[in-house]
Amino acid sequence: MKILVAIKQVPVRDSPLRVNAAGNWIAEDDLSFEINEPDAYALEEALQLKEKHSGEVIAICAGPARAQQTIREALAKGADRAIHIETGNLAAFDTLGIAKLLAAEAGSESPDLILTGLQSDDLGYGQTGVVLAELMGLPHSTIIMQVEVKGSAIRVKRELEDGWFQHISMPLPAVLTIQSGINKLRYATLMGIKKAKTKEIRRVSAAAPAEPTVRIEKIYAPQKAKQAQIFSGDPKTAAAALVEKLKFEARVL
Amino acid sequence: MKVLAILEHNAGRLHRMSWECLAAVQQLASEAEAALVGSSIAELAREAAAKQAARVWAVEHPLLENYTADGYTAALEQLLRKTTPDLVLLPHTYQTRDFAPKLATRFGRALISDAIAAGPESGSVTFVRQFFQGKLSGDVRAAGPGPHFASLQAGAWRTDALAAGSATIERFAPQLDAAQIRQTPEAPFREAERAVDLTAAELIVSVGRGIGEKDRIPVVEDLAKALGAELAASRPICDAGWLPMERQVGSSGQTVSPKLYLAVGISGAIQHLVGMKGSKTIVAINKDANAPIFEVADYGIVGDLFEVVPALAAEIRKVKS
Ligand SMILES: Cc1cc2nc3c(=O)[nH]c(=O)nc-3n(C[C@H](O)[C@H](O)[C@H](O)COP(=O)(O)OP(=O)(O)OC[C@H]3O[C@@H](n4cnc5c(N)ncnc54)[C@H](O)[C@@H]3O)c2cc1C
Repeated sequence: MKILVAIKQVPVRDSPLRVNAAGNWIAEDDLSFEINEPDAYALEEALQLKEKHSGEVIAICAGPARAQQTIREALAKGADRAIHIETGNLAAFDTLGIAKLLAAEAGSESPDLILTGLQSDDLGYGQTGVVLAELMGLPHSTIIMQVEVKGSAIRVKRELEDGWFQHISMPLPAVLTIQSGINKLRYATLMGIKKAKTKEIRRVSAAAPAEPTVRIEKIYAPQKAKQAQIFSGDPKTAAAALVEKLKFEARVL
Repeated sequence: MKVLAILEHNAGRLHRMSWECLAAVQQLASEAEAALVGSSIAELAREAAAKQAARVWAVEHPLLENYTADGYTAALEQLLRKTTPDLVLLPHTYQTRDFAPKLATRFGRALISDAIAAGPESGSVTFVRQFFQGKLSGDVRAAGPGPHFASLQAGAWRTDALAAGSATIERFAPQLDAAQIRQTPEAPFREAERAVDLTAAELIVSVGRGIGEKDRIPVVEDLAKALGAELAASRPICDAGWLPMERQVGSSGQTVSPKLYLAVGISGAIQHLVGMKGSKTIVAINKDANAPIFEVADYGIVGDLFEVVPALAAEIRKVKS
């Protein structure tokens, strides 16, 4: 089966974030980047499905030139080839715009299955996979914790709230958005890293962005609902001060 | 502005967040409407109609008995074409995540998902939402003609402001065909019964990814022991199998409200916060002073948990003996 995995490059988790000069996104100059966490699980799921059912895994990524590193890492883990939709101005696209870029390339590949993470760690809109499915006229399901291929259909386990789950079946081709933790991530092997250098990355330049329907006007530090009392000093002093409060103010000890 | 709330219901009951959504609609609309989708929902529609709104739409069809993304999208698209609201609001639930982006795409719009507040400008459709898992906030504006779409974060709108009233109930029968609905859902289920009931615990020490590796969990376990507290965790810890699933707190785990919730190395993503925000006293230990967990904490220590936690366990043992 032919599986397309949409991956995004985001700042490394726990990066110190600063707002940019325009005030509408973060300053990216001194950050490091990595694959969006749920997308890593989507890629792993695709690789495991390929191992089980044979076929091909193609990584697809819309992003600036630096995203190539993340694409290479996907190839090193076992993706067969990749498509890089290059744009220096990802922020000019809303989710609909990004999904249109992906749909244009995904369509010509006619994959059996498209996987992506359920949301991105930076924007967190959680829509790209669903919009992509709609644009391509494919059925979809979201927050997926298990994928079973049954001939020309799939049966998936979808996570619901409060520890509930549900199985859903649908015909292929289909789009699934994958939840973190669905599988165990592999590391790239040395052999994989070596092989990745020879694998194809097809570069296409992104179409010009349409007028976005949704735009970020301003980014800022969140307003605090409560003002926490923070204890500082060496760990012992801070711990003693905290215990004092827990005992006499909060009365929980 | 004409604003429509799409209310969610499961197992014959309106979802708690549906009321929050209706409260937001009452706050933002000059003309408020609500819609419910299902197969026999007359009673739920009556319940919703007891709140102030111009109209409650009961979108009914036998093919809408069980939720499917295809069925809901097809039905609601027809309703929206008929009622032409300027803005459509939905609770940001798992179900909304599944179909709302598809519905918005039908109208050439992107959904503003997981909004935490409206504004700041009136006269435009602007919402505040979180970025980077709550580390930053941003104002997001929808441009162009409606309908615009936004989903609202759990707990962001209060239901105590919800005004009572008596709305007109109108039935809407969408044109649906079984062949349009490609997903076949089975009955929802739970994995094994929960052996640990965290909801009964008075004191909880909860560990997050800051712990770094499985072998270091005993550092936090020892603090729990000193306190006589139950040990809980954020999702990545349970996903990795470092602690069993039944100790997970959050939207896909348990919802707890102990007297004391002590979060160690947990950043405070919303999916975690919804499971513990109701705790009476919240303490956070995190090396990042800007971690969102401090926004809900009463007390905090900014520092390396491997230094702070043993010191805290020692201090607790001291006052307890
Ligand atoms: C649909 C959905 C459902 C979800 N359900 C849940 C759920 O039920 N429960 C849940 O918890 N999550 C859930 N999540 C995941 C959630 O979004 C977060 O990814 C998760 O809560 C993060 O866990 P964390 O805080 O432990 O890890 P991280 O976000 O990685 O945070 C680790 C923290 O540790 C701190 N740290 C690191 N090292 C140290 C140190 N040495 N000393 C002190 N501090 C340190 C860091 O500063 C950071 O703040 C869900 C996500 C989705 C999309």
